[in-house]
Amino acid sequence: MTTTLPSYDDVVARYEPVIGLETHVELGTRTKMFCGCPTDFGGEPNTRVCPVCLGLPGSLPVVNKAAVEATIRIGLALNCSIADWCRFARKNYFYPDMPKNFQISQYDEPLCVDGYLDVEVNGETVRIGIERVHMEEDTGKTLHVGGATGRIHGATESLVDYNRAGIPLVEIVTKPIPGTGELAPEVARAYVTELRDVIRSLGVSDVRMEEGSLRCDVNTSLNLPGQEWGTRTETKNVNSLRSVERAVRSEMLRQASVLDAGGRITQETRHFQEDTGDTRPGRSKETATDYRYFPEPDLVPIAPDPAWVAELKAALPELPRVHRRRLQEQWGLSDLDMQSVLNAGAVELIEQTVAAGATPAAARKWWLGELSRRANETGVELVDVGATPEQVAELQGLVDAGKLNDKLARTVLEGVVAGEGSPTEVMTSRNLEVVSDTGALTAAVDEAIAANPDIADKIRSGKVAAAGALVGAVMKTTRGQADAKTVRELILARLGA
Amino acid sequence: MSDLTTKTAAEIAALVAGGETSAVEVTQAHLDRIAAVDDQVHAFLHVDTEGALAAARAVDERRAAGEPLGPLAGVPVAVKDVLATKGVPTTVGSKILEGWRPPYDATIVERLRAAGTVMLGKTNMDEFAMGSSTEYSAYGPTRNPWDLNRIPGGSGGGSSAALAAYEAPLAIGSDTGGSIRQPGAVTGTVGAKPTYGGTSRYGLVAFSSSLDTPGPCARTVLDAALLHEAIGGHDPRDSTSIPQPVPDVVAAAKLGATGDLTGVKLGIVTEFAGEGAEPGVLAVFREAVDALTKLGAEIVEVSCPHFTYALPAYYLIAPSECSSNLARFDGVRFGLRVGDDGSRSLEEVMSLTREAGFGPEVKRRIMLGTYALSSGYYDAYYGQAQKVRTLITRDFTAAFEQVDALISPTTPFVAFPIGARTSDPYQMYLADLFTIPTNLYGGPGISVPCGLSDGLPVGLQVMAPTMADDRMYRVAAALESAVGTFTPPAL
Repeated sequence: MTTTLPSYDDVVARYEPVIGLETHVELGTRTKMFCGCPTDFGGEPNTRVCPVCLGLPGSLPVVNKAAVEATIRIGLALNCSIADWCRFARKNYFYPDMPKNFQISQYDEPLCVDGYLDVEVNGETVRIGIERVHMEEDTGKTLHVGGATGRIHGATESLVDYNRAGIPLVEIVTKPIPGTGELAPEVARAYVTELRDVIRSLGVSDVRMEEGSLRCDVNTSLNLPGQEWGTRTETKNVNSLRSVERAVRSEMLRQASVLDAGGRITQETRHFQEDTGDTRPGRSKETATDYRYFPEPDLVPIAPDPAWVAELKAALPELPRVHRRRLQEQWGLSDLDMQSVLNAGAVELIEQTVAAGATPAAARKWWLGELSRRANETGVELVDVGATPEQVAELQGLVDAGKLNDKLARTVLEGVVAGEGSPTEVMTSRNLEVVSDTGALTAAVDEAIAANPDIADKIRSGKVAAAGALVGAVMKTTRGQADAKTVRELILARLGA
Repeated sequence: MSDLTTKTAAEIAALVAGGETSAVEVTQAHLDRIAAVDDQVHAFLHVDTEGALAAARAVDERRAAGEPLGPLAGVPVAVKDVLATKGVPTTVGSKILEGWRPPYDATIVERLRAAGTVMLGKTNMDEFAMGSSTEYSAYGPTRNPWDLNRIPGGSGGGSSAALAAYEAPLAIGSDTGGSIRQPGAVTGTVGAKPTYGGTSRYGLVAFSSSLDTPGPCARTVLDAALLHEAIGGHDPRDSTSIPQPVPDVVAAAKLGATGDLTGVKLGIVTEFAGEGAEPGVLAVFREAVDALTKLGAEIVEVSCPHFTYALPAYYLIAPSECSSNLARFDGVRFGLRVGDDGSRSLEEVMSLTREAGFGPEVKRRIMLGTYALSSGYYDAYYGQAQKVRTLITRDFTAAFEQVDALISPTTPFVAFPIGARTSDPYQMYLADLFTIPTNLYGGPGISVPCGLSDGLPVGLQVMAPTMADDRMYRVAAALESAVGTFTPPAL
């Protein structure tokens, strides 16, 4: 499309966005939602299957209690009410990677309802309403082969892997979020980030967007101030935190251009394009399937014992917001500094680096400096930049021990990120250790003095500050590997200053 | 006919346990009988000769080794083709599963093996258990041994006909709206539908999950009780299975066989005792009521006003569930696949497979159910039917405050001629008029032969409260002791 998009500032000046998010989380339970098959990632296709998750005739589901427990804990962490009685429902539609051609999900009787999650954007707290948290099963995966596009149309064969079929999923649906104005994209991102951190703190999922254990659909609509909410679109294929923000923004721009041209927004599913950052239409919801939901007759209702729910609530871990406040205090950071740590997605990384032995200041310096820069350059999340908190702590340890100076440490880090090994290994293999052997250095110092007699004279006459020029010369001949402090001391000693 | 094929299961088990015959001999006698008569009856879709003889040999070896044998060890059993049997074809009477050999055993099949019974094979049925005559089997109808031109009932006509033809002393059926009891009634055999959740559905190819109940078929009430005991009880693989022990149905059958029903109060369902049934059936039923009175039972009339809505409610609930349950038959993972020649889309292949694989009655019910569950119609149809179900349950609960058990004719008419009702689905559906309320309620029901009308068997149904299966066995066994059993003309 060649239509010129309006500017973002212009759009938010004229329209009010309403957003909503539906998030799917794959639970890290040992077994699947309704059978005893293992959930571990990466098995050969169709090896983690049984009659139940293959939907063979006659097989029956049995609810995984660990999944119910995990869902209740998520609900409690999101301040939801836990239903004292709820049911599963069948969502009926045909799709080859769905073994039974219906999905066991929850419909009008979800396990957790009516909660909220507070997120911080630009130092302000925004309360996101949670409509519901419910359980369902994942589908298999279809691979279309033979076609040029790798998509279903034009493919000559479709291969289905049912290993993922039946993995427990939790769906978390927000209430519509109006009133965020120009901050809508950041609010969406902050919500997904906070949700991810909450779920991770509960230890119920590894919530990795790039591996699909956290998946997000973004609903967006625009309306004129004072008017009713507009028609919403649902954007799928949003696979990173950055994409959440981009998807909302691009959908706001696209809808504004349609509305500006006098058009109507179609209620539809759209797909986020990672490369271009815009959204493309998928299947239209106006002609969408009637899912013919009805209560799942193969399962009995779930009635969680209130005493059990109270126990789970009492045992909830410290939630990320509280945890962060405590860390901020421990690290002695201002609100502004803490915000930049948060924005960089570095809280946990710094925490782990400190736990591995670095000072908070040093840990923050590495993650917000060199490593954030690299993450931005390569377009990955900080956590995936290629260095672990342990490695960063080890690197800092080498600096503290005087084996690396700052410049050398950055070079070593480059090697670590490139996968050359631990900081110590990289330092050794690249021969980057600071030269502090005074015998070798003395020769270099003498050489520098001989080459710069006038500077040497100045120093001898007491102008100690001139030593810097000689230090620079020595550093040059030692390719930066000398310890500057030692060099300076040697120069002064040789010249009797 | 070999002497061994006319014996009851209890007798066969005693002979095997006492070493007077072997399980292999018993099994061979039944295999021979099947070979001799099943061309006429067509009770079986698959006879597992080798599997049966191997199982029989194992029983004989266990006995020779002095190992303890169960009460049904060495007794042959015919299994309705609705239950998954590992490595043995399971078709559900449908073309869509032709050739499918399940990789697993249904819980009931496992329990049958553990009990030392010998599975002879798989019996014919209406496709996906949808029907009351076995005429909707994709593999041709089963014929009633009482009159080969008549239907053996359905959907489990194969199991009941196998008993009446002495091809097996025991059989397994499944009852969604009467598919065990109605074939039992029209073949002069016993058929019991246990309490829903009292027998495991794991491995039972689903028709209507909230109604389907597997259960025992036999020629005597005691045999049915013995089989019930062997297959019943909690199964953690079926979430709707009741975590309680099976009521002592064997003891109840033995108690009933003494012929004393003193102190037992039975209710005749007013709504089922007048119109709706053939005069001949009603006459035999009244004679049976007299017999029960003579045994000491107190008989009263009990009105269950909502029972008349049971049939329409059933024909919304069962098709709704079936429309979803049968979605998995799409040619992707098992069974029939049609049109996969590389030129068609996946959707087209699914569609062609279902079009070719399902018969007309199955399609009718899938369409009915799909409609009833559609957005905008759900409340008026499925939702309303669920409310009726609740009212029927209340009728039962209120009735059981007055009486110990309810009785009625099992079915409004005796076995009808093949082809007589296939052109009018409603006439076919009426066959289950008296059996359906029990399914909607979830309680147990048994059909026991109570006499003949124009030379054809009539069954009496006993309905009991949930998890009081023992009560119906007691009443049924008492009636059996008074009226005897009924033998069809020789084939």
